[in-house]
Amino acid sequence: MATLRELTHREDRLEGGHRLCAGCGASIAVRQILLGAGTDPAIASCATGCLEVSTTIYPYSSWKTPFIHNAFENSAATMSGVEAAFKGLKSAGKIPADKKMKFVAFGGDGGTYDIGLQSLSGAMERGHDMVYVCYDNGAYMNTGIQRSSATPKGAWATTAEVGAAQQGKLEARKDLTSIIAAHNVPYVAQGSISHWKDLTSKAEKAFAIEGPAFINVLATCPRGWRSAYNKSVEHAGLGVKTGYWPLFEVESGVWKLSAPSKALVKKGREPVEEFLKVQGRFRHLLKPENAELLAEIQADVDRHWEYVLGRCGE
Amino acid sequence: MPTQTTVASTGNTVVAEAMRQCAPDVVAAYPITPQTTIVEEFAKFVAQGKVHTEYVCTESEHSAMSACIGASAAGARVMTATASQGLALMWEELYIASGMRLPIVMANANRALSAPINIHCDHSDIMGARDAGWIVLFAETAQEAYDNTIMATRIAEDPEVLLPAMSCLDGFITTHSIDRVQVMDDESVSEFVGDYEPQNALLDVDNPVSHGNFAGLGGPYFEFKKAQRLAIDRSKAVIGRVGEAYSELSGRSFGFIETDMMDDAEVAIVVIGSSAGNARHVAKQMRAEGVKAGLVKVRCFRPFPAAELAEALKGAKAVAVLDRSETFGAEGGPLYTETRSALYDLETRVPIVNYVYGLGGSDVRLELMRSVYTDLSDIATGAAEPSGLQYLGAR
Repeated sequence: MATLRELTHREDRLEGGHRLCAGCGASIAVRQILLGAGTDPAIASCATGCLEVSTTIYPYSSWKTPFIHNAFENSAATMSGVEAAFKGLKSAGKIPADKKMKFVAFGGDGGTYDIGLQSLSGAMERGHDMVYVCYDNGAYMNTGIQRSSATPKGAWATTAEVGAAQQGKLEARKDLTSIIAAHNVPYVAQGSISHWKDLTSKAEKAFAIEGPAFINVLATCPRGWRSAYNKSVEHAGLGVKTGYWPLFEVESGVWKLSAPSKALVKKGREPVEEFLKVQGRFRHLLKPENAELLAEIQADVDRHWEYVLGRCGE
Repeated sequence: MPTQTTVASTGNTVVAEAMRQCAPDVVAAYPITPQTTIVEEFAKFVAQGKVHTEYVCTESEHSAMSACIGASAAGARVMTATASQGLALMWEELYIASGMRLPIVMANANRALSAPINIHCDHSDIMGARDAGWIVLFAETAQEAYDNTIMATRIAEDPEVLLPAMSCLDGFITTHSIDRVQVMDDESVSEFVGDYEPQNALLDVDNPVSHGNFAGLGGPYFEFKKAQRLAIDRSKAVIGRVGEAYSELSGRSFGFIETDMMDDAEVAIVVIGSSAGNARHVAKQMRAEGVKAGLVKVRCFRPFPAAELAEALKGAKAVAVLDRSETFGAEGGPLYTETRSALYDLETRVPIVNYVYGLGGSDVRLELMRSVYTDLSDIATGAAEPSGLQYLGAR
């Protein structure tokens, strides 16, 4: 991959001055991913959500690259149309045949795991030469922290409340990365804003490969996580260190554990509690009466970790 | 002058043919009865290498229109086709296509909306989307469906307009019946529609633009919507010009409305689509029997030809508006309420009645049309009072 020196000289395609919150993981994810696009022109789309409303307040735009927002559930389908136009205009002779361009669609977990899953699945199956990036902060943060199918079990959300009869979200999260891997697309990866080098090299691979690629990025939301805005990167890192969010990639069907997670195989993972306790949305889980639920969450993480290790042949 | 070949063809086949001749860069579509043969025919053109089009077979109509929006914003000429539930599933995207001022052209094979499920013709689908900011043209015949598709492309892409346009044809009746159609040579169509010159294309990477920005927080949302209204108002002149140019080229006339025997008509039917044929036939029979019957067919529903309708109907003694869709809870069907409103400023009040007919492909037989003219004659002579909404042919 490009060296740090090279990366620091690349132009940021998401300009500062946007209106995302301090400590927002989404903008970090976008900047790291776009660095991976190299020097080719890149066209970006974004699902409705924080990232979109905070970066495109008319008449301004933080995007220094062509950008399109269509609606909530169709970032993938929209970008598939842009990519089809590129091919169609090449066939028409209106764009030179040797012209190179990158296509990237962004969406949050609500716009990807839930309402946009069909659109994403369709675009991946159709083989468009595009990268889809989900910034997963584990809830509908833009509308006020409602639960999504990416929300971790036990997390408080405004539609999965904590009270005498319920301790946050009852269900386990959906394993979207495996779902997309099952589409047999050329490249699938899981990254985190805490591991910039790993994330940028994954983005480089995703952009370099011809055909559809998907990257799921753990991205902190201090508002929704009820966490310290100046520790976002560290907090996402705890997701990796605890094995809650294994870093891996699937290249042409071959699963491979990424270095930061691979190091944990020998060194051991930290308890999931370390990831949970820095987030106010899990506060109730640390109460003695919820010890059983906490153990269940740890068991879920262990099981998923073993599953990923198994797929990666570790 | 163009070389025209007379073919025996279904409406869908010639719509696909018109699409091929307009040479879209992208077609993104999803199959649905009775639109299916349009996308099937087009798939053959793709497989035979007859088009340069990038053909995207999406997993739903919502994604089809989403991809059309992406492709159109990217700077491509974009076409698609749908029907019924498919149009309903696109509904959110229809407003985004027009709001983003993207000249996408779509054929719609008019079909009833569920429930109960029904695959046959009525206009509930498009009438549910009539205010989505699209230009809406209707065909009576396969010929008109062919002609409308070509005209829609030039109208939509006109820099004065830049709005999506829909070419509607009646499910099964027009989409699947074999009809006599004159098809122009490729070069004449290509020359007529011209090259599409996109504005603010995403693929113009040297001049990056953002599409679909957030215009809330006291932003210019209201002004954007006003601009859209001004654009569809402006489209009237463009549609008129394109219609004239097309008439000159093809020898086939086009009007926002088309009138038959209206010069001295005392009783008149206003109708959209394929049923105009039966209405015209019965009107001629009535004429032979001494009844001054006439017919007005609406070919362009959006923008609505209010002035043209008022002019055509001002001398009538009784008018019946036939709606092939139900607008539950409204005063009457959409064609009725808008036609009635168009007549409001006339000096002499024209009695006007509404019939809902042919829902879910229910037959529109000649005797039903005759019963309408007979009712109108009774109203015209004062033998009967205009009644409220009636169902034509419902058991």
